[in-house]
Amino acid sequence: MMRILSDPSVKVLGRSVPLPLPPMAPLSMLFSRLMRHVLQRHPSILRRMGATAGSRFLIDVTDMPFPMLLEPSLRRLTVTTRRNPPPHDTEIRGKLKSFLAMLHAEEDGDALFFSGELEIAGDTSSVVALRNALDDAEIDLTEELATLAGPAGPALRRMSALLERRTGLSLSRHRVQEDPEDFR
Amino acid sequence: MMELVCPAGTPAALRAAVEAGAHAIYCGFADETNARNFPGLNFSREELAEGVAHAHARGAKVLVAINTFPRAGDQALWHSAVADAEAAGADAVILADIGLLAHAAEKHPNLRLHLSVQAAAANPDAINLYAESFGVRRVVLPRVLTVDEIAAINREIDVETEVFVFGGLCVMAEGRCALSSYATGKSPNMNGVCSPASHVAYAEVNGAQEARLGDFLIHRTPKGAVAPYPTLCKGCFTSPDAKGEVQTGHIFEDPASLDATRLIPALQKAGVTALKIEGRQRSRAYVAQVVRAFRAAVEAADRGQPMPEGLLAKLTEGQAATTGAYAKTWR
Repeated sequence: MMRILSDPSVKVLGRSVPLPLPPMAPLSMLFSRLMRHVLQRHPSILRRMGATAGSRFLIDVTDMPFPMLLEPSLRRLTVTTRRNPPPHDTEIRGKLKSFLAMLHAEEDGDALFFSGELEIAGDTSSVVALRNALDDAEIDLTEELATLAGPAGPALRRMSALLERRTGLSLSRHRVQEDPEDFR
Repeated sequence: MMELVCPAGTPAALRAAVEAGAHAIYCGFADETNARNFPGLNFSREELAEGVAHAHARGAKVLVAINTFPRAGDQALWHSAVADAEAAGADAVILADIGLLAHAAEKHPNLRLHLSVQAAAANPDAINLYAESFGVRRVVLPRVLTVDEIAAINREIDVETEVFVFGGLCVMAEGRCALSSYATGKSPNMNGVCSPASHVAYAEVNGAQEARLGDFLIHRTPKGAVAPYPTLCKGCFTSPDAKGEVQTGHIFEDPASLDATRLIPALQKAGVTALKIEGRQRSRAYVAQVVRAFRAAVEAADRGQPMPEGLLAKLTEGQAATTGAYAKTWR
């Protein structure tokens, strides 16, 4: 098994005291709502995944305070803890920047794996199927959130563009990728 | 200008290839008929028809790889793949099996036939046999030839040649490799899977990442080091040398990808018609970046300009590149 990161904590009188985790249930409801929305807009994801859609994926974004459990066939994405992760078939670990860049086709998943920026453990078939299904779906996270947000969508798009500029994170799909280097 | 033949594992990758400047895209059906039969990958019949329409509308061709070897008694799957590729409007099918070539030549006389690298036709006699017997119009050359050998072959054949210029390398005689089936019971040649994901397991052990294929531990990669694909041919093994002393290393092949960018002018001079990029199992990000770089390179070659190098290092396996056999100094 992969090394499990500890949950966020602070030192108090020389002892490590866990920080309170974010409210799990509301976050899980929000993420699952987003998940259902994405799967409704991109039905090819479940079709491409076939039987592997029934797998449980522990998605550990290492620079976030909590991992998530993705259960595609149940249309569920729930927040969990590193200390007591639920049973899962496969685990994918990496930084938020890598996950977002892969989702928006700014980085190749295999290249991230070669360089150790993404790590996997468990059922490799399910990981490969998920990666291929998401890659084909051409998901745009900002658009998914904006369409889910209804009237707040335009404001959310503006906020996302601002965040993208400030943080350098890939928050939306840019149709034209940058040239590796123009040598023409 | 040389034709750039680019991979697509999904409809999104096909569109990315077209947008990035591919002259032709090769892809396959989501079953055992093609050599990249990976989970979540490949095309349904409807997706292929849509992909062909998309490519044709933008001046690009679509070639359908049906390049595994049919099992005796199960030919219907391969036969229907050929018929469905033609019905979808494919510009050619890429075949390896001699029986399937005979079937396609007889039943689909108007369908252009390309010989897959899986057929391992590496000399003029073999290529001419396929051309004369089945009307093969193009042969994808195995990755074991030097540029001079390719030029010599082209002088003795009347069909087009296509060569790989980027991506994963096979060290074995293509279409004959038994390493994957030895370890897993599944092979690229019969099932379309080399090192099938269903038999691959990764685990972190004592700070290193271990990769297993079936019962074999094939890599132990230290934290932060570059990891290769989990194939036996790129495995790092411990074995005794001739003197009986234990050594650890890549016995078959170092994990490195082909990058023959700098040889494009020489390949053009050798009479090669088309340049092929490996990687139907890769993402649309890979496809877009590699195709864009190679489209610019073939345009530069056409103008007689020098070739760039090292632009795609991050996308290569082991993040190391080689010109493979094209410029080999060994025999």
